Amino acid sequence: MNILSRMGIGGWIGGAVALALVVLAVAGSWIAPHDPVALDLRARFAAPGTAGHLLGADEFGRDILSRLIYGARVSILIAIFTVMQAMLVGLTLGILAGYFRGWTDRVISVLNDSALAFPGLLLALGIMAVVGASATAMVIALGFAFAPAVVRVTRATVMSIREKEFVEASRVIGNAEGITMWRHVMPNCIAPLTVLATGMFGWVILAESALSFLGLGVPPPAPSWGNMLAAARPFIQDAPFLIVLPGICISVTLLGVNLLGDALRDIMDPRMQK
Amino acid sequence: MIRFLVGRLAMAVPTLIIISIAVFLMMRAIPGDPATAMLGDLATPEMIARLKARMGLDQPLPVQYFVWLGDILTGDFGRSISTGDLVLPLMLERFQISALIVVTAVFLASAVAIPLGMFAAWRQGSAWDLSTVAVSTFLLSLPSFWLGLIILMIFGLRLGWFPVLGTIGMSEGGWTKIAALIMPVLTLLLIEMGAILRMIRASTIEVLRQEYITHARAKGLSEWTVMWRHAFRNAFAPTWTLIGLILGALLGGIAVVETVFTIPGLGRLLVQAIYTRDYPVVQGCILMIAVTYVLLNLLIDMLYPVFDPKVAR
Repeated sequence: MNILSRMGIGGWIGGAVALALVVLAVAGSWIAPHDPVALDLRARFAAPGTAGHLLGADEFGRDILSRLIYGARVSILIAIFTVMQAMLVGLTLGILAGYFRGWTDRVISVLNDSALAFPGLLLALGIMAVVGASATAMVIALGFAFAPAVVRVTRATVMSIREKEFVEASRVIGNAEGITMWRHVMPNCIAPLTVLATGMFGWVILAESALSFLGLGVPPPAPSWGNMLAAARPFIQDAPFLIVLPGICISVTLLGVNLLGDALRDIMDPRMQK
Repeated sequence: MIRFLVGRLAMAVPTLIIISIAVFLMMRAIPGDPATAMLGDLATPEMIARLKARMGLDQPLPVQYFVWLGDILTGDFGRSISTGDLVLPLMLERFQISALIVVTAVFLASAVAIPLGMFAAWRQGSAWDLSTVAVSTFLLSLPSFWLGLIILMIFGLRLGWFPVLGTIGMSEGGWTKIAALIMPVLTLLLIEMGAILRMIRASTIEVLRQEYITHARAKGLSEWTVMWRHAFRNAFAPTWTLIGLILGALLGGIAVVETVFTIPGLGRLLVQAIYTRDYPVVQGCILMIAVTYVLLNLLIDMLYPVFDPKVAR
């Protein structure tokens, strides 16, 4: 494959991290040595390296390694569903606005610009305040918070595509508008949206962990990297590893996704090529 | 020029109106009506009906909106349900703290990142450039709250240089107050440095490829003059926009850093109000942050022609 040979070191590292995350998300329950919510009060604050608890245990004696693995799963699933929702909403509105122009475009654009005027996390906080904290609420909240970016990119791409001859040709031969959009306009949005989706995946993981850290995301006792950090905050002096480990997981994930995103952008955005 | 400014101003008005409608509807969408929520479990239906009438909740929705908007525009954000304090003065007091942290951090981050990023672009492909890219990618991958906790662990607990509980430090004033703000500023500074470094480097590289740079060099101008007079002026415009976006995004996300360092800022106020379902405060904070964000971006855009003369016409 041509793409693979052009990935560069960063892209390979990013791809490896992404692959590892997918494996954790799919097979986490078989890999994790313990039940992530099982209490073992004799192992409270067990240091990393303790027999039976490779990465130690938290204030309830719950196994950190297992919680990190399940946390990965929660984060990845939330990120996947959020990005899918943002893409679905954003792509639909973006294509409608870019293709039909006129009033459709004006209404969608004004609403969209207003949504962009909310900082993403603030919009999510507002929605969570109304509907209450849960994983589903978070997917909906973050999905809406990130959709406007998709609308903007899709609309801009469609605007430039719709003037091309092949779109005109599809209309001239009598294809319905829906078919023209689906067959000829949408495929051209895939490249820029793939780049956007990769970046968004990282933002969602960051936003999810931030919300969970604030106690407005994944509700305990279910583990997420963010709520593990929040739970460890009072024990920062006595058990620093409880803080260090989840943070490393978030950072490595973000680093991997960012590197993969950069590599994809370099490959797919012709302006970046020499 | 004037047309550009007026046009930009006019664009902000519908945005502000839509934001106000969104926040209004958000608060009306809360399960259960505010009157029932405020009175608690012991309320009789008559009490609820009376409070509803007093709050105007028996009016049609558009009427309620305009009454509400009128209140907001005259500075009446209501009272906090949990403490009974007026919301506006409370928000303004907290906002000052958040704004001080955010503005200081972004200013210092720009002051450090812009020269470093331009130098990296000037020596593109060198070891210095590669390490700049590596550092900025690394910084961009750190969640602010985690970096904050690590900084707290090292400088607050191990070394004991700064107060660990911001609230206590803040209440003392003087040096202690400044010391309490150093760690949150440092946290945000490091995170945003990553983004600014990346942007200024990329736009400087773009600019350095242009013909007028080659021309300036061919004229025999010193590298310093080429970089400062020609490259910087043109490379700075996109970074300026990014700085505006960062300022706004930080205001929206400041709650996490304030939580780490227990700083009594606007973000902390919002999150605590969400916990306690103190809806007048929630609504006030969201409205205030969103409006600040819009006005900030408006200001950034209006100053844009100063940095990019191509826009002003």
